[in-house]
Amino acid sequence: MGRITLDKVTKSFGDTNVIPPLDLTINDGEFVVFVGPSGCGKSTLLRLIAGLEDVSSGQIRIDGEDATNLAPAKRKLAMVFQSYALYPHMSVRKNIAFPMKMAGVDEAEQKKRIEAAAKALNLTDYLDRRPGQLSGGQRQRVAIGRAIVREPSAFLFDEPLSNLDAALRVNMRLEISELHNQLKTTMIYVTHDQVEAMTMADKIVVLRAGHIEQVGSPLELYREPRNKFVAGFIGSPKMNFIEGSVAAQHGAHTIGIRPEHITASETAGLWQGVVGVAEHLGSDTFLHVHNTGLTDTITVRVNGEFGLRHGDTVYLNPEMDKLHKFDAQGLRIA
Amino acid sequence: MATQHSRSAARLMLAPAVILLLGWMLVPLIMTLYFSFKNYLPLRGGDLGWAGFENYTRFVTSSSFWPSVATTLIIVGGVLFITVILGIFLAILLNQPMWGQGIVRILVIAPFFVMPTVSALVWKNMFMDPNYGLLAYLWEFFGATPVEWLSKASMPSIITIVSWQWLPFATLILLTAIQSLDSEQLEAAEMDGASATKRFAYITLPHLGRAITVVILIQTIFLLSIFAEIFVTTGGAFGTKTLSYLIFQRVLESQNVGLGSAGGVYAIILANIVAVFLMRIVGKNLDA
Ligand SMILES: Nc1ncnc2c1ncn2[C@@H]1O[C@H](COP(=O)(O)OP(=O)(O)OP(=O)(O)O)[C@@H](O)[C@H]1O
Ligand SMILES: [Mg+2]
Repeated sequence: MGRITLDKVTKSFGDTNVIPPLDLTINDGEFVVFVGPSGCGKSTLLRLIAGLEDVSSGQIRIDGEDATNLAPAKRKLAMVFQSYALYPHMSVRKNIAFPMKMAGVDEAEQKKRIEAAAKALNLTDYLDRRPGQLSGGQRQRVAIGRAIVREPSAFLFDEPLSNLDAALRVNMRLEISELHNQLKTTMIYVTHDQVEAMTMADKIVVLRAGHIEQVGSPLELYREPRNKFVAGFIGSPKMNFIEGSVAAQHGAHTIGIRPEHITASETAGLWQGVVGVAEHLGSDTFLHVHNTGLTDTITVRVNGEFGLRHGDTVYLNPEMDKLHKFDAQGLRIA
Repeated sequence: MATQHSRSAARLMLAPAVILLLGWMLVPLIMTLYFSFKNYLPLRGGDLGWAGFENYTRFVTSSSFWPSVATTLIIVGGVLFITVILGIFLAILLNQPMWGQGIVRILVIAPFFVMPTVSALVWKNMFMDPNYGLLAYLWEFFGATPVEWLSKASMPSIITIVSWQWLPFATLILLTAIQSLDSEQLEAAEMDGASATKRFAYITLPHLGRAITVVILIQTIFLLSIFAEIFVTTGGAFGTKTLSYLIFQRVLESQNVGLGSAGGVYAIILANIVAVFLMRIVGKNLDA
């Protein structure tokens, strides 16, 4: 079980209020991702749930029971830190055994769980090494192993992949998703990388300055962002925002169109502009189009290669049914 | 220093320092060895020729030799024990956020800046004097008879004085070590269900291992040759005669340079035995 409920939780450090009253329910077995820009309070929120920080007011319930003033160890949650926080003077085996040793699990059971975890995480050959003798990815897996053996009711991850290189990050992303499918345990995952959020989450929580901007499945957030902030944050490259008379024609203060919902043409189209930088990814090309008279730059995603060069004129055709409309406060107009 | 070229350049650059150090250490060492085989009594006839191993046998067979070795080891061991334990305690305390932290830290470090002779005199006259020392007043306040510290409890007194001097050093090194401990490790241990004492035993203490080793090794080097504190307090009486004090007496009080030099060589041997033992016990902590 791992149902976590936050009820009007707030957190202040001295005079600075980091988390204004916040309500959130995380259901058992869900993979929830907290995403938001740096400094928005993701880590703080996670640490509040973990019990590493005290809430200033409000209540945290775990499986229906009040856990607001419960010690971290009593909450049956396991956390994987950004720095991994492995114990450097202990072997991998002892690191993984540590929580079980503290809980008084008997030796035979410890051994069984360590071996199972090591097998699942490809660590069998490294059990007698020290953390200092492992690569970043291996350390990450040890940290996850240490969390698994406790059989917690929920896992908390704080940007666990941010110290890894891009290729490894993709791998570990898959491994963690796979782990979630096997264990079916609640996982709360903090990241500022919207790709991680989109690919891993059952439910994304978008935060800004401690506020929840929107909660929903990745596709809900992609298709129906509740406001301009979410619209700009989810999706890569970023959504284009256009204000002024064009927006007014659609009865909105701002309209938004994603780069993948615009087609570029050499001959004809609704909007006209000049090609700036073109980023060639092989599978796609991102065109940065200037001088459209709409906004500074419009980003367009073109499938495959595109013939136009820097300085050429290009015509753009937005897919009108994929247009997002926002009012003057930045809220979505249905 | 990866390449052949940079290695030889490094050797060249290091050479002056190494040669200077060698000379600095070798000359006194060779002179000590030379005199230890001589019958040299500056005020009683001067150089009376070679003595063979006579100085060595006389020095060890003297009734004060073994007690002086024991005294030396007890002082070193006692001071190490007190400074390391209290040092860890103080370091943890000083690492807590508190009001007036800067001033408290300076106060804790201050004893290290007081010269050994001065601090020993201050202790002797202001604290431990049985007539007008502060401790005497304290004892009298509670209706007890003042203790004659330096004669009746000479060893504990000396160990106290020396520990007081070296505690700042231990605290300082251990404090920097504690500050370098990643707080996420402690938080991880906390989430793993470790109580405060277990976190100390499993995380903090192992982390301090290297710093404790450094404290022990450096303090041992200095404590083996402790002299001033004994000179100004007991003058070697009441069972506080260390090996270095015994050598001092042989050379300056009995004016027997040969005998004292032989004692010096024994001191070197003792220091090396202690060093070997220490490296066996704690030296492995220094490997990364
Ligand atoms: N111990 C503290 N004392 C005072 N302010 C703090 C403390 N910890 C965090 N803050 C403030 O709270 C805010 C949220 O911090 P938090 O670490 O939760 O951000 P984050 O969303 O995790 O950012 P990042 O993506 O950079 O890790 C920041 O503005 C930070 O300065
Ligand atoms: Mg953070």
